[in-house]
Amino acid sequence: MTTTVTKAAVVAERRPAQRRSAGVGRPGFAWALPATAFFVLFAVVPLVLVAVLSFTSWNGLGSPRFAGLDNWTKLFDDPVMLNSLWLSVLITVLGVLVQTPLSILLGVWAAGRQRNRAILSAIYFVPLLLSATAVSVLWRTLLDPNFGVPSQAKWLFGDGNLLGMQSGAIGVLVFVGAWQFTPFHTLIYQGAARAIPQVLYQAAQIDGAGTVRQFFHITLPQLRNTMITSMILMVVGGLTTFDTVLILTQGGPGTDTTISAYYMYQKAFKSFDFGAGSAIALLLVVVATVISLVVVRVSGYDKMRSSVEGL
Amino acid sequence: MSKQRPNYLAGLGSVVWLLVVGAPLYVLVAASVQSRADYGASGPLSLPRHFTLRNYVDDFSTGFGRYFLNTVIVTVCVVAIVLVVVPPLSYTIVRSRGRVTTAVFRLFLLGLAIPAQAVIVPMFYVISKAGLYDNLIGVILPTAAFSLPMCALVLTGVMRDITPDLYEAMAIDGASSWRVFRQLVLPLSRGGLSTIAVFSALQAWNGFLFPLVLTQSDSTKVITLGLYNFRTQYGINIPGLLAAVVLSMVPVLLVYLFARRTLVQGLMGVGGK
Repeated sequence: MTTTVTKAAVVAERRPAQRRSAGVGRPGFAWALPATAFFVLFAVVPLVLVAVLSFTSWNGLGSPRFAGLDNWTKLFDDPVMLNSLWLSVLITVLGVLVQTPLSILLGVWAAGRQRNRAILSAIYFVPLLLSATAVSVLWRTLLDPNFGVPSQAKWLFGDGNLLGMQSGAIGVLVFVGAWQFTPFHTLIYQGAARAIPQVLYQAAQIDGAGTVRQFFHITLPQLRNTMITSMILMVVGGLTTFDTVLILTQGGPGTDTTISAYYMYQKAFKSFDFGAGSAIALLLVVVATVISLVVVRVSGYDKMRSSVEGL
Repeated sequence: MSKQRPNYLAGLGSVVWLLVVGAPLYVLVAASVQSRADYGASGPLSLPRHFTLRNYVDDFSTGFGRYFLNTVIVTVCVVAIVLVVVPPLSYTIVRSRGRVTTAVFRLFLLGLAIPAQAVIVPMFYVISKAGLYDNLIGVILPTAAFSLPMCALVLTGVMRDITPDLYEAMAIDGASSWRVFRQLVLPLSRGGLSTIAVFSALQAWNGFLFPLVLTQSDSTKVITLGLYNFRTQYGINIPGLLAAVVLSMVPVLLVYLFARRTLVQGLMGVGGK
């Protein structure tokens, strides 16, 4: 972008007559107003409201009452809440650890132009198209100890009730998350791997480097920036995992998989403690915003330097 | 790259992943075309013996027709809103030189990171106060708002690729913003427009959280909510449940079949820009 801007500036300077006419045909802010107003009303205002509501007590009927720091002090004394933060982090980190190597390998593999790879990639993509609800319902059914696969594969699943123990339930959540979202990250890596200059590989081949060495010494280093973006997206996605928990585990067994996003839903819409729900939501927003600011900084998104340069 | 020997390890890995992705999808479809008795007798991993569409017919009679229609309404309205407000927004971001526009663009970029989960409580408050609770409009508005950042990002990227010379040529002719928009920007960003249409449609079709929190009666239920309720109420009717899952997927898969390139290229751009 910088180059086009400077080029335009140079052109404008050289031909002053055109500079005046350049103002013609430039849209004013009014053009952006509908989208901005709409977005402010339904995303920014609620975001401000969530902060306000976190200092109130409201049961969903009538009007919220100011309650000071009540929700916050209660929140930090609540063992389920503190545990939910830890569980959110755990599930997120496990998700990153499982999905990153998988999607790098699949993405680099899919970047090849072979026909069979194109066909398989098209199939690999399907889970991403499905709603998290459909995916969760599908896996819940598949893993059902009585009617699902475990009843037919006792040698693999033992007594079969994976969702009945904490480690099993967490494993299932991480696995189902990876099943659905690996295609997205694969796609990001595929795009990035295709953008690596072929010259690098040709040079390496001349030097006698094999596929494995090329992968570790050219591909991986070249994908560094993409890795950062992809991981940050995984973190934001992981911290806000909700549908899968609601359908697969209901936060159970007990509160063993009650992660923060799910706990917020429970507090607000099951216990009708909307103040506490808002406080948890705000906590999530703060974490997500910090991470997004990091994304914007690291990736140079806000500068929009170029559309082909990559990250 | 020059000729390489085939990579057997990668080939093996790709087959394993095909099984991981494909096996559940196979069970899904196979179970949905079996009777409950057959499924109960043979379990999920066997081949279906008698093909039947009974489960699909049953699903429609238990309300999925209605849920399907509601989801279509929500999706069409969300796409319409997105297609009306995003193109002028992106056009402004690309062409306007004001500081305000830069600020607006940053606002939308930050919006990418606002998780819908974070605002459901105030959204419930706002929508209830506006009298839109349990009304499809109350689902449509927030769903559309939350697909704006991604769509704005994608379309702005596309519009940036229009060369400045073309704008200048039209400016010399004294064309108004509206004429430039209609005769130059819209025709040249047709690909981007279909990408954001597909994106927002996918998001609306698969949306779960807003309908979950903002509707309650059967007449406003969307298909994802229908699946969720089906599981909690008749979880034991597995072929029926899985047929409903397939029903919810069919339109999306059709779109994928016909607009795969648009969708994939668009998503790839998100990571690469």
